[in-house]
Amino acid sequence: MALKLTSLKTEAHNDWCPGCGDFGILSAVQMALAELEVEPHRVAVVSGVGCSGKTSHFVNTYGVHTLHGRPLPFATGIKLSNPDLEVIACGGDGDGLGIGAGHFVNAGRRNVDMAYIVFDNGVYGLTKGQASPTLKLGMKTKSLPAANINQGINPIMLALASGYTFVARGYAYDVRHLKDLIKRAIQHRGTAFLDVLQPCPTYNDILTKEYWSGEGHLGALDERPIPRTYKLEQTGYDPVVRSPAQAEMEEKTKQAVPKSFEFGDRTPIGVFYQNEHVPTYEDRLAQETPSYRDWPPAKQDIALEDGTPLANISSLLDELRVT
Amino acid sequence: MEIPHPYSIRQHTKTGDFPVKRDDFSWMIGGAQGSGVDTPASIFAKAAASGGLHVYGSREYYSNIKGEHSYFQVRIGPRVLRSHVDTVDMLATFDDETVARHAWAVRNGGAILYDPGLSENEIANIPTIEPNALKSIGSALEKEGLPQTIDGVIGAARRRGVHIYPIPYADLLEEATQSPGPHARTSNVMAVAGSFSLLGFPKEILDAAVRKHFRSKPKVAEANIGAASSAYKYVLDQFGGSFGYRIGPSKTTEKRILIRGSSAVGLGKILSGCRLQTYYPITPASDESEYLEAHNSFESGVGKGSVTVIQTEDEIAAILMAIGGGLAGVRSSTSTSGPGFSLMAEGIGWAGMNEAPVVVTLYQRGGPSTGMPTRHEQGDLGFAIHAGHGEFPRIVLASGDLEESFYDVTKAFNYAEKYQLPVIHLLDKALANTDQTCPMFNPRAAKIERGLLARNPIKGGEAFKRFELTPTGISPRPAIGTEGGIYWNTGDEHDEHGHISEDPTNRTAMMEKRMGKLALAANEIPPDDRFHFFGPRDAPLTIVSWGSTKGAILDAMDALKAEGIEAGFLQIRLASPFPTADVTGILSSARALVGVEMNYSGQMADLIREKTGIAIQQRIVKYNGRPMSCEEVYDALKAVASGSAPKRVVLRNGA
Repeated sequence: MALKLTSLKTEAHNDWCPGCGDFGILSAVQMALAELEVEPHRVAVVSGVGCSGKTSHFVNTYGVHTLHGRPLPFATGIKLSNPDLEVIACGGDGDGLGIGAGHFVNAGRRNVDMAYIVFDNGVYGLTKGQASPTLKLGMKTKSLPAANINQGINPIMLALASGYTFVARGYAYDVRHLKDLIKRAIQHRGTAFLDVLQPCPTYNDILTKEYWSGEGHLGALDERPIPRTYKLEQTGYDPVVRSPAQAEMEEKTKQAVPKSFEFGDRTPIGVFYQNEHVPTYEDRLAQETPSYRDWPPAKQDIALEDGTPLANISSLLDELRVT
Repeated sequence: MEIPHPYSIRQHTKTGDFPVKRDDFSWMIGGAQGSGVDTPASIFAKAAASGGLHVYGSREYYSNIKGEHSYFQVRIGPRVLRSHVDTVDMLATFDDETVARHAWAVRNGGAILYDPGLSENEIANIPTIEPNALKSIGSALEKEGLPQTIDGVIGAARRRGVHIYPIPYADLLEEATQSPGPHARTSNVMAVAGSFSLLGFPKEILDAAVRKHFRSKPKVAEANIGAASSAYKYVLDQFGGSFGYRIGPSKTTEKRILIRGSSAVGLGKILSGCRLQTYYPITPASDESEYLEAHNSFESGVGKGSVTVIQTEDEIAAILMAIGGGLAGVRSSTSTSGPGFSLMAEGIGWAGMNEAPVVVTLYQRGGPSTGMPTRHEQGDLGFAIHAGHGEFPRIVLASGDLEESFYDVTKAFNYAEKYQLPVIHLLDKALANTDQTCPMFNPRAAKIERGLLARNPIKGGEAFKRFELTPTGISPRPAIGTEGGIYWNTGDEHDEHGHISEDPTNRTAMMEKRMGKLALAANEIPPDDRFHFFGPRDAPLTIVSWGSTKGAILDAMDALKAEGIEAGFLQIRLASPFPTADVTGILSSARALVGVEMNYSGQMADLIREKTGIAIQQRIVKYNGRPMSCEEVYDALKAVASGSAPKRVVLRNGA
């Protein structure tokens, strides 16, 4: 069943600013879902709060617009209850790396089979442009009264350190490339983290669309703008861990680290690291409790029509019986 | 003699007898945490319960892993026991601290078993006794002209007529260890055996309880039985017949279980269809999640049943994952205590806004802040009712004892799904840590009601209206993943599809939809789940309380009744929606009111005033972290009945 792109759009009014990078990400998500031909009712888009938080309302799947910083725990609860669902969490960099940083780190420890897209624009847009976690130290975007006093987080490094098994970066205006990354993220077995460079045309006047397109970054010979992003896959970079050996995992992690520090005139996009040899949280649950595989929480009937519980606790009561 | 604070209890100033003729027996064991206090207590309780006796056991411990003092009191007897008593009939010890702390609570004519090897130990050298307690023990010994040692404490007890039984554990152990096997930590079981020997309780029942306790470690079981045998025989040979009180097995045809509060709730969750439990470790709530982890697989219909238990990174994640489970159509819950519940407030509001079912099992403990993590309080009533910003409906159900705790779990899940809202099941440390014999739980009493769960929501291709404005305020709810049911959730105000809407007309309609469900619930929830009433409605005194004070109140009422003092008792079970009409009706015709609560302010009495306008001036409160004993409740109620009590009675008992 081929899905039409229009079937993934909703009637909700989209109130993002004109030119917002979020539009590119939204299109890429819809295109990825259409190409993967996932039935929309089997998809949950789980978003945080902020401009990016509204994304779930614009995709015609189950949408869960959660709390600020909290898409990951909601997504985790949904996915572990019903592993048949495709769960896509999303939110801004303030949402995921500021208020939700604890969940970000711990989601890496679990490796639940889902995707997490961070709309990374360096500002808190909806509250009018305060500095957010990825904004570099000393940057002064236009609504800041003074230059940013905090250092910027390196989200790729943080994801690697936290144990994410798929770590990638996309660019909001390279929609086709981003769509392919989102498809790979969805198909990845484990938690896929996708950092998306997302220009905020209203509040981030430094990391703009023009900036990423190469404005002021001219070729020495032809003086034409050179885009500030480049694709890792075009440099022969191989992010995939191909054997379960610890040594290869370490080697592929180590090669991703210097790449994660490249930022500015040569900023890599693409997949930094992918390892499907790490068991997912669902695998680990099934290892402990084999029935989880066929009977996860959402697949278990709990009562007969008349309300009689199906669980038989008589042996548990017998353990406690004294007379 | 003067008894050191804070161990002063009424018996020493009077005859040492509980006002009612007691046919039960209160046994206590204590020791350093990590040295094995729970094991002997559990064996003692199991043996007594297997012998057909009723058991009420309560555990007190510090927020500490090793070294601090913990103790376990087990009350046993032929009649139902619902509370603990301050009086100790027999104190079984194997360290010095337990003697120093608790010898003062042993009734005249009671017994102390101790290790004579500790006699010379100086009280001042016990580092884990708080300075104020050390000081008062010291001055009590000084007044008696006794040495500041364990010998002195024992001497003071002996003067009051307490029977003293020195048990040379080390020597006995040496004898017993001639048989091969592991022997560490058997002195605590020897203390149990010595106790049963004095009471004339059959050794075979004790052996069976030891085997049951160590059923996965037969060698350890046999080593313990060997040690127990030598202690049992030693005490019989040395002191046989010297202790006046004997208690033996009692015949019963009733099927009974011996269960801990936290396990009763866990068991209730399995039965009620809870299939996702999330938690962040916190005392005293974690025990329940650990019970579920240990018993996560069970028979269920044609398939194998299991509950998925997830330890999260914090309580925020715990509540949100549970809500996520609810959205996916799974009965989900989380268990926590005060600090964790504080972190859940925003998530609970989201569940209210999104009409998402979730059950939060809240084990209250001493607050505020970290408070007293391992101690008891009912200080979160007001917070449970109000947690979260803005206005949204919630149900708050408070259980009063272990049986209610078990059966109420099913109700909590039913309400969460029927009314599509968060339900807070309000419990506390005393319930969590009580081990009690109960009539065999009846799983057939549980009926699961899932409310308007939309399994086939397709309606001719139209977008599904998850938040459809209906006459009842309740709209069909598809689980995420259901074909034809696509809808949106949002913490923002939303329209019938779940899309953000700031339209004023929609806002008014949606507020009325959500809040209206409370009135519906208030009407539909049966009276028995709203309140219980005990005793006559027209009694001279009507007690008003809620939660785990129930047992001590009922026991105290029996004692008062035996003296001709009648009282009625309104136990409020539903704190939200508040049963205003019921409470108004009952209290406005009552003759005199007294509120009994395990908190500083009397939060329920304040809530009653808010909801009904009825002011309960007379209050009995307690907030020292130790549950109310039936003696102190009895004393306070008696003073209230006689008109001699101040308007605010503060209870202070407990070690």
